[in-house]
Parts: sequence; structure tokens; C-alpha cells
Amino acid sequence: MSRKKQLLKGNYAIAQAAIEAGCQSYFGYPITPQSEIGEYLSEKMPENGRVFVAAESEVAAINMLLGAGSTGVKAMTSSSSCAVALMQEGLSFIAGDEIPCVLVSVMRGGPGLGYIYPSQGDYFQATKGGGNGDYKIVTYAPSSVQECIDLTYKCFYVSQKYRTPVCLLADGMLGQMMEPAIVGEYPYEEIDQSSWALDGAKNREARYIASIDREQESLRKRVVKLFEKYNQILGNENLFEKYEIDGAKLVITAFGSIARIAKAAVKKARKNGLKVGLFRPILINPFPEKIVADIAQKVDGILDIELNCGQMLQDIKSSVAGITTIPIEFFGRPAGMMMTVEEIYEQIEKTYKKIVEKKYGTACI
Amino acid sequence: MEQLVYKKPESVKDDFKVSFCPGCDHGVAYKILAEVLDELGVREKTIGVASVGCSVFSYDYFNVDMIEAPHGRALAVATGVKRSKPDKVVYTYQGDGDLASIGMGETIHAMTRGEKVTAICINNTTYGMTGGQGGPTTLIGQVTTTTPKGRMVEQSGYPIKISEILKEVDGTAFVARVSLDTPAAIMNAKKCIKKAFEVQLKGLGAGFVEILATCPTNWKMTPQEAHERVRTQMAEVFKLGIFKDRLSEAQ
Repeated sequence: MSRKKQLLKGNYAIAQAAIEAGCQSYFGYPITPQSEIGEYLSEKMPENGRVFVAAESEVAAINMLLGAGSTGVKAMTSSSSCAVALMQEGLSFIAGDEIPCVLVSVMRGGPGLGYIYPSQGDYFQATKGGGNGDYKIVTYAPSSVQECIDLTYKCFYVSQKYRTPVCLLADGMLGQMMEPAIVGEYPYEEIDQSSWALDGAKNREARYIASIDREQESLRKRVVKLFEKYNQILGNENLFEKYEIDGAKLVITAFGSIARIAKAAVKKARKNGLKVGLFRPILINPFPEKIVADIAQKVDGILDIELNCGQMLQDIKSSVAGITTIPIEFFGRPAGMMMTVEEIYEQIEKTYKKIVEKKYGTACI
Repeated sequence: MEQLVYKKPESVKDDFKVSFCPGCDHGVAYKILAEVLDELGVREKTIGVASVGCSVFSYDYFNVDMIEAPHGRALAVATGVKRSKPDKVVYTYQGDGDLASIGMGETIHAMTRGEKVTAICINNTTYGMTGGQGGPTTLIGQVTTTTPKGRMVEQSGYPIKISEILKEVDGTAFVARVSLDTPAAIMNAKKCIKKAFEVQLKGLGAGFVEILATCPTNWKMTPQEAHERVRTQMAEVFKLGIFKDRLSEAQ
């Protein structure tokens, strides 16, 4: 693979990045808008002496991933929305078992079959999950094809380092669009998995990996340990983008594809003299609550923008609860149509006036 | 002079635990499976997949690396293990509810892909661990906690014949149905389990053994009555025998 900048489709970029990252096993079932990932890997994985299995369902795919991950190899599946829904039981087991693996979730519109348009309607699915029990799926949200590549690398690294499932949460726009990007070398160190992985009990005691735990105290400790791990990940592996935050009166919060459109609108607002900034969390689970709270204390208001009816909004609100009472406005649109820069700019201008008027009176505008 | 006539297989943990009811056949199935792993000399490269049901705690018994699968998904998990580590010996140990009800999709497809794995299925015509509910293999007329008047065809259809289905699947290389009701039957069951591993080792395809087994507690029978039921009522519906043997065909 060329290391030069080239025009790449998001799904192919993710697939090639998985190969560069050393993904040994891929399991998947077709669903738009991410089917190119499986198509690409069906050719490239065997070419590279690696494993591609066309699973009979997403339920099977996630459990194949569980099995592959338990042997310590880098393993991945990819899917979308209504099909990621089918994987939730398996994800709960994988999280409880502390098995490293990567899930690429390319969101489409919902609920139900919805349609293949870009959407961010599965923020809750990715960050709150539908599986049972106390656990989190560590989740990174790219907003460009380049980030699709770089964060795929990050997902493999974090999953292997912390023995946890990690999700790359993209959407139909990122999966389908083409833009210039560089598939660089996998930049992280390899993490030795031999101390726990299953490879046969030769010259050592037999190992077993299971989420079942018959002792109450032991189960409690196991869950506490998971959450200590999530805190470590938030501390060590957090990624976010701050743009024009200093001196801003209004901060836009947005993640993924819509955040780059919001950024263009913020640029326009700055050009027009409005003191507006952008905060884009890239690690969205565990959520960077403290950073949001710190920002919130320095601004007069927040405008959260999402391609849904207000999902990350709940995390923004809970981040600032009890810390500040600044207004938190929301501009959202469920699946179907991307917002334009102009639409977001209009919303920014409207919100800016409302919030700043309240505080400084109309004369200040 | 002392003479060693039998010793615990290496494939059984020194501090093994079993939690089965008196008269349950799981313990015998465990033991002959462990003996087969020893005899084939594969213990150190074996990865077992535990299922959900009475077999869930099999890692308390087997001295091999093991992973627990969600209910019904053992053969998908086994696929992931075997494809990632093709030099390992991989087996699943599942009940009929796990393998043939909630997991029938995963079972059929793993077998159709010809995964080089071995699946052992305990068929006791009921959901044992949850207290004896009717399942996919419950016999017509059998009283369970969810078929209080006996399984009726109009309501619940027919018992599923797992081995007959899997023999038709191109990816299977060995399919047999056995029982554990007599010493001879146990010896035969062990032979079949061994063959189900040998087809895996030779790369011929998937190996499958269905074991007709007792559940005296939920059947409300003595162990003797339970084995009599296996011999008569169960074996009448679920015919014993080797349904497919590519090992013999290959020789």
C-alpha cells in the first residue's frame, strides 16, 4: 500500500487500516453503508495470509470475534445500526471477559431498518449499549477519512493494551465519501497477549475465560476493575479537538461527521465577529466530562449539534450539572439529510444572539 | 504387587469439580471426552468451548484452556478460535437446547462451512439447568414444566432430530448418535467421540456426536429408570448409530 496521499473511500480506508494494524481475523455480514469493508477484506485478508469469514449473521460474527479475540490475535468485525443491535449480547460478554477486539460501526438512519442515510442515531447504542450489565464499549468517533485510518489504529492499540472491546463509530457519510488521505504505518507498539490468551495449556495451568462468576464479592470486584480500566483509558487515551475555544462566549459541541460541518460554520461565525468555538470529543465513551465542565465554566452557553434528536446532548448536560447553569441549546436532525454550513451558521447566529442578549443586553450585539 | 489399572486422565483437573445430580450422564460424558483427549495426546493444544446450561461449568473439570460462549453461540466462538489458531484442537460441549434450539443457526452454518472442530451435544430432552422445561428434543407426550399435559404436536410440533439433519450437511465428516446406558454403550460412545476428533485432526471437516443422556432429577426418575427411558423411549425416536464417517470412507 502506498504511503502517499491518495483519494480514498472511508470504508476502504478503514479496511486497509485494519490490515496495516495487523488484524489477523475478520468476521462480518453485509449491511449498507459499510459493506465495502467486508468486500475489500474478503480479498485482502487471504492475500495476506489472514482470516476472512463471511458469518451467517451478526450474532455469529460477534461471537466469532469473541473466540478469535480470546486467542490474543487482533480481530475485527464491522456492521451498522440495526445489525450492531444484534451484537449487543456478544459485546457484553466480550467486555465482561476482557477480550480485546475492534467493532467498526458505520451508522445509518433508524429506528428499525430506517435507511442508509448518514445518521448519528446510534450514539446511545455505542456509548450506553444494549447489552446487559455494567460495562462500557470504548468508542472513538472520526470526522474525516484520515481519522478513519488513524483511529482504526488507535482502536486496535487501545483494545490490545487494555484488553477491552473498542468501537470505531463512523457514519454513512464517512463510509461512503472519498477524500485525500494517507494510510501510514501502524504507529503503536505491539502488546504481548501471551500472559492470558488461550493457546493450549502447555507447560502451564489451564486457563479459562468466562463472564460467569458465582461469588458475589468476586463479581463485584470484576465490575469495579472494568470501571477502573475505563478511567485509565479516559486519562491516558483521550482524544478531542478544541477550536477557537479561548475567549469564546458560545461553544458548539459536536462529534463525528457533523462536527466538521459545524467547524466550517464556526469559522464563518468568527469571520463575522461572533465569539464562537468548537469542542469535538473524539473519544466519546468514556465521555470527557471534566473537559466539558471546564469549558462550560468559561462560556455563556453551549449549542450541541447532532444528526439525531439529542443523544450526546445528555452527556453534555450531565457533565455540567451542578457546575454551571449556562443554557445548553440543541440543534439536531434525525436521519435523512446532512446539515449545510449555512444552516448551522444560522443556528449559531440565532443562539448567539439569544444567549448573549440575555447576559449583556441588545446593545452589546 | 500393586498394579495400576486406571488413573485420572491428565485432561481432568486435579481439583476438579462437578455439580451434576446423581444419575446424570454428564459426568460419564465428561470422563470419556477427557480420556479421548489424553489418548489422542492433544490436551496441551486443545481449546474447549463451554456453553450455557448444565455444561456451563465444564472448565471446573477439564484441564484444558476453555472459553465460555453465550447461549447457543458455542460453534461461532469455536469458529473464531479455530480460524485464528488453526493448529489448535477445538471442541464445543453443548446441551440440546443450546446447540439445537437457540444455537441451531450457528450449528448448521459452522457445520456447513466444514469448520475443523468437534461438537459434543448432550441430548436429554429437556432444559436441565433451568428446571426441566420442554425443549427442541422433548418427546411427544413427555411431561415437562412447560408441557404439563405432555408435548402435543398441535402445540409444540415435533422433536428435532439433530444427527439426521447434520448428516445431510456437506461440511460434516463424522456424525453419530450414542448413549451411555450400558458399559458397552459407553465404550462405543468413547470410540465415536474419538473419531469426531480424528476427523478434525485430519482436516476432513466437522465432527459431531449426539449423546442421549439422562436427567433423572427433571424426569423424576431413578437413575435406573432414566437409563431404561433412554434405551426404550428415546432410542426409539432418536435412532442410535453412525450416520456419517468420512474417516472410514477415506481409509
